[in-house]
Amino acid sequence: MALVAGMYTSTKTENLIEVRSLKKYFPVTKGLIFTAVTGWIKAVDGLDFTINKGESFGLVGESGCGKTVTSKLILLLEKPTEGCVLFKGNDIGYLRGNDFSNYRCSVQAVFQDPTSSLNPRMKVAEFVSEPIIANGQLSKRIIEERVGEVLSEVGLSQTSSQLYPHEFSGGQRQRIAIARSLAPRPKFIILDEPVSALDISIRGQILNLLKKLQERHGLAYLMIAHDIAAVKHMSTRIGVMYLGKLVEIAESEELYSKPLHPYTQALFSAALPSHPEARCREIVLSGEVPSPLNPPPGCRFHPRCRYSNPLCSEVEPSLKEVGPSHQVACHLHV
Amino acid sequence: MEKRITSLLEVENLKTYFFTRRGVIKAVDGISFYVKKGETMGLVGESGCGKTITGLSLLRLVPEPAGRIVEGRIIFEGEDVLKKSPTEMRKIRGSKISMILQDSMTSLNPSFRIGDQVGEVIRLHGMVRGRTLLQKVIEALRLVRIPDAEMRIRDYPHQMSGGMRQRVTGAIALSCQPSLIIADEPTTSLDVTIQAQYLRLLKELQEQTKTSLLFITHDFGIVARMCDRVAVMYAGKIVETAETRDIFDNPLHPYTRALMSCLPKIEVQLKILATIDGQPPELGDLPPGCPFAPRCSEVSEKCWRYYPPQTVVGRDHGVSCWNVHQYQNGESNRGS
Amino acid sequence: MAVYSQKAFKNLCSIASTMRGAPKIPIVILVMVCMAAIFAPLIAQHSPTVGSLSDRMMPPFWAKGGSLNYPMGTDALGRDILSRVIFGTRISLSIALLAVFFAGSIGTTVGLVSGYFGGPIDVFLMRMVDIALSIPLILLAIILAAALGVSFTNIIVVIVLLLWPYYARQVRGETLSIKERDFVPLARVANCSHTRIIWRHILPNVVPSLLVLATLQAAFVILVESSLSFLGVGIPPPAPAWGLMVGEGRVYLASAWWLSFWPGLAIFLTVLSMNLFGDWLRDRLDPKLRQI
Repeated sequence: MALVAGMYTSTKTENLIEVRSLKKYFPVTKGLIFTAVTGWIKAVDGLDFTINKGESFGLVGESGCGKTVTSKLILLLEKPTEGCVLFKGNDIGYLRGNDFSNYRCSVQAVFQDPTSSLNPRMKVAEFVSEPIIANGQLSKRIIEERVGEVLSEVGLSQTSSQLYPHEFSGGQRQRIAIARSLAPRPKFIILDEPVSALDISIRGQILNLLKKLQERHGLAYLMIAHDIAAVKHMSTRIGVMYLGKLVEIAESEELYSKPLHPYTQALFSAALPSHPEARCREIVLSGEVPSPLNPPPGCRFHPRCRYSNPLCSEVEPSLKEVGPSHQVACHLHV
Repeated sequence: MEKRITSLLEVENLKTYFFTRRGVIKAVDGISFYVKKGETMGLVGESGCGKTITGLSLLRLVPEPAGRIVEGRIIFEGEDVLKKSPTEMRKIRGSKISMILQDSMTSLNPSFRIGDQVGEVIRLHGMVRGRTLLQKVIEALRLVRIPDAEMRIRDYPHQMSGGMRQRVTGAIALSCQPSLIIADEPTTSLDVTIQAQYLRLLKELQEQTKTSLLFITHDFGIVARMCDRVAVMYAGKIVETAETRDIFDNPLHPYTRALMSCLPKIEVQLKILATIDGQPPELGDLPPGCPFAPRCSEVSEKCWRYYPPQTVVGRDHGVSCWNVHQYQNGESNRGS
Repeated sequence: MAVYSQKAFKNLCSIASTMRGAPKIPIVILVMVCMAAIFAPLIAQHSPTVGSLSDRMMPPFWAKGGSLNYPMGTDALGRDILSRVIFGTRISLSIALLAVFFAGSIGTTVGLVSGYFGGPIDVFLMRMVDIALSIPLILLAIILAAALGVSFTNIIVVIVLLLWPYYARQVRGETLSIKERDFVPLARVANCSHTRIIWRHILPNVVPSLLVLATLQAAFVILVESSLSFLGVGIPPPAPAWGLMVGEGRVYLASAWWLSFWPGLAIFLTVLSMNLFGDWLRDRLDPKLRQI
């Protein structure tokens, strides 16, 4: 496996998750009986980043950028076309037996829609304990205790365990989903838009809870969202994705105060203001997001970029370090 | 009196209730507001507060038989909409008052081409056909900045992106030059940069055509960017209404203050986000008095029993709260 | 003791509220049919298979020549039609239950596997479904009757072969949509085996629509069995199968209409009640209502 230039090297103790040259292409087929592949949707096209123990990494980008596919690749819900994901140095695609089971316990997920995440025909107790049950033989009493523990950690009563999902509100269902993800004592949780389906007054409750849990258990998070303010609040580092590639990675404050890539700048300026006077440097992008079926040649962003020059349409820029823990993929910043 | 002369729409004590087996759900419980000609009014609140039903009530599209407008007046261009016959209402809908909905995929019929759908509204209200109709359709699509409009009229909805589809619904809404557009969370399903494009487009079009806009949303950010005035709803009631600047500088109602403080703000890094305790209200099971009482940090005995009348503070800033005098000038006098 | 009765009362109340708006007459009819099937020997006055030739072809009790001893009249062999109709409920219900059970089991398994795993398995199984759906029922019944003779078992085999594809298709469709819900990938993330996911996650969510389908299919089964018996390739005589009775009475329609009328009426009422009940059940279990 070749090292890609500009890969982030960690000065912290442990690289929990390392993504190397990750690619995922989906075939586009034509024909009913004899199908032929006519093209590839390049959902993820060469991703490199790391997440360290106890760190919170945010992934932002718009629809079609590949962030959901990335989370599926890390969760082994999809197999990569190329590249790999390393967990504590081991390629997750080759884990077997106990190691695989261990991985499943260590890496959990919370998805966007709390109603869809819960099986309406399963009691909370069974739902929350499922990751434990599926990964080992533990006695009923221990499982019950653990369920009680995690339910109280997320702020739900012990009696909740005997109820069905429809008896809870949206915010409470998301807490149940979080409790489930805590049950197997994970080290890393992927949060895929954890609060966007919830009411505004509930969002703060859930985000605060997630932060508290992270501090208490030393969890690492990968937070995927399109609400940049929420991602910035939760993450220490943020990666910006566009059409299957990372265009910029930096620490949250740095990314906000000094966004270098034109797309990052547009993204931040498109975020809605928190005051009518704060109508800041409004950069409105022209055109639509191109389809991942036919990404533009050279830099994928160049058709919509106001700084593009001939080089941008010919050569694709790669991620380069431009400052302490700040990388950007843009010819302007070489 | 001055209000009535210049306002395009005036809603007085509107009540829309749903009669279900489990009881009466007071989706909209006595709200009053007005919208002036050419201005953008925001109706803001969380899910279940009644803002969507308000929009539907204005067009008398409340789902029947369970839902019914039980009381109130809706005065549009001087006439009470609630007293109109179905034929008269059909003339108003789409041509004088039109609506943009949240989900463009379901607002558009997947079996018909875009051109046909835009054309349908124009044809019904303008009585035009043939080549004139085609011209008007292309004009409508060009107005919302859809590139290659002449080719796009032959597309089906699923062949367009979300942002494009939302523009088409905008084109349909604008095609008959309405005086009022009700936009119900039109950008919720759009990406951030597409949303920015769309909001900018709406703003420009509104300035161009002088149409009034009633913007229903849960996002104060949209209010900040788009609206001249705003009304905050909770459990079917309007708890506060003011000019946008006033609401942001000086929110008076405890719910408004709580709501605005609980969002993560991109400019400020907070350790912990403020929250509102408790759960959103059950509309069939509200206590008498102020519906926010169970979650309010400033609640007093009176709040549980009686619903506070609207007090007007300063210039056109109305708030319904028993404890409002404590918050004049943004300072709390509690504890003294 | 008090706790138990409290719990029982609560259960009754929840059943009562679940049955709110249920079509009353169809349910009453269905309950009567079930009772008749269970208690047939106690209810029927005469034997369904042995008749007294001296009492043959008697009309229903209100006509001239009829008697209250044989309220619905007698047939060509002097057998009481009412008793035959009562015993006929056993045949109809048992065939309906057995056919639905076996067809449902096979079809559900196929549908679950096909919908969940997709790919070549799905393609293959759905081709099987298409083939099964193209088999002409009557032809199959006749061939089987010619090859193996008419019997109770054979008719069940024929009906199961006819029915299972409907279950497979419906269950496959439901499985495909349930698979899209987030709790299924979450179960994979939790390292659940495919068996566990199908058994604990997909199947319980498919059950409501299965119940509806089973009810409506039961009605269909009774109709099919009646038709086959009528044609002589279903239940063999002298069993009091309703379809058979209608068939036997065919030649006497002008003179002794009651031979075919009463079993025909029984078929009609039972099937109608099942359909009405099934329709109500479908509306009631509609996921939009989210009651169950």
